[in-house]
Amino acid sequence: MTAGPGASRVPVTVVDYGAGNLVSIEQALVAAGAAVRRAGRADEIGEPALLVVPGVGASAPAMERLRAGGFVTAILDWTAADRPYLGICLGLQLLFDESEEDGARTLGVLRGRTVRLEGAPTLPHIGWNQVERRRDHPAFAGIEAGADFYFVHSYAGAPDDASAVLAETEHGVRFPAAVARGNLLGVQFHPERSGTDGLRLVANVVRAAATATGLSAAGLPPEVA
Amino acid sequence: MLRRRVIPCLDVANGRVVKGTRFLDLVDAGDPPGLAERYAREGADELVFLDITAAPEGRGTLLDIVERTARRAFIPLTVGGGVRSVEDMRDVLRAGADKVSLNTRAVEDPELIRRCAARFGSQAVVVAIDARRVPPGTAIPSGFEVVVRGGREPAGLDALVWARRAAALGAGELLVTSIDRDGTGSGFDTELLRAISSLVTVPVIASGGAAGPDDFVAAVREGGADAVLAAGIFHRREWSIAAVKAAMAAAGLPVRALPADREA
Repeated sequence: MTAGPGASRVPVTVVDYGAGNLVSIEQALVAAGAAVRRAGRADEIGEPALLVVPGVGASAPAMERLRAGGFVTAILDWTAADRPYLGICLGLQLLFDESEEDGARTLGVLRGRTVRLEGAPTLPHIGWNQVERRRDHPAFAGIEAGADFYFVHSYAGAPDDASAVLAETEHGVRFPAAVARGNLLGVQFHPERSGTDGLRLVANVVRAAATATGLSAAGLPPEVA
Repeated sequence: MLRRRVIPCLDVANGRVVKGTRFLDLVDAGDPPGLAERYAREGADELVFLDITAAPEGRGTLLDIVERTARRAFIPLTVGGGVRSVEDMRDVLRAGADKVSLNTRAVEDPELIRRCAARFGSQAVVVAIDARRVPPGTAIPSGFEVVVRGGREPAGLDALVWARRAAALGAGELLVTSIDRDGTGSGFDTELLRAISSLVTVPVIASGGAAGPDDFVAAVREGGADAVLAAGIFHRREWSIAAVKAAMAAAGLPVRALPADREA
């Protein structure tokens, strides 16, 4: 997808490493006022205000494809500079040191592991579930406490540092539904598939990224209807 | 707490939503993306498109519909019907679907489930099991036989055996349809649902026979279903999704409220 019309759109790059449906996250970003670029290799990232790493599936093949595209170094540099980053589902799990799923060494941006949701009554954990915030964060501005978001996963992050946990969800066990540090945000649910509240979260993230990058957010929709 | 999902199913043939008694007496029920958007607005938790286009040349039309729907309805979309290979699945996911549903082809080639799950993850693979009751004394121990090709052809396979195998091969969900009940409005086959939901840990979606909100409650309470799918009662506007969810909530089942409802 190429940039949308209008100079006021916020440039956002979505990392395309072959891990699933990119149409819906791109559409949600466009609805949030972003001009979306899809990068199949690290040298196609450009200079966006926000880097989005989506994805579903297993960690080891995802890391292989990220490495093949030159993305590992690019993401490490990006997050080390505290530039705005949104990881979704697998894009969150990959931030930790390793995954119990297949023993993969992952990005190591956040200390901790990705573990199976042992004790869950059904796996995969599929469907809408409540996201309970542990603290305030601009990503959840205007979204009611305990709002439902859509999840599809069997594994979740287990951060060493509990202060990284922004929100939690319960499915037999409690797990981090969102983690945040500086301008980095990871969500285990799929905001692009979570209806109005999901679109609002994406819009909040785009707006915060524009502000953090010194771009004007004046042309952005104030909120998604 | 994880919500019990309400899922409208849109049977699509040659670019239009149709509804009959499973593949028979089809009646035009509207434009798929438009109907999908309406259901999303009214509180549908997911959508299923079942492509019943007979001719292969209709596939391009389906992919276009999936893409137009993904741009308008920001809730999960499953596409079933005619997915015969990993490549078919890739095309449907690229068009914007989140999951595909495998049915006849998976019965013919069970390893397709494993291949699809290995490539795209279990969460994207729904195995649809159409089952009918057969008399005791046949070669089907559970009394529930798998039928394929739109419910017309007995597969000689026990539905419970198939459910367990499909989950073991990597299905992330099972969509269980009672062919006896489908389109009849006589309620879900809760015995079939219970037999399968107590056998597997993956979520089970109930299908076939919904007449009203009480049937949705029964599918969850008696059948152990994680999600409930229906078509005709929504298309004909006999019941709204909100009415169904209100009945489920009144029965103590966790359902998702719309943001508008919470703010009201």
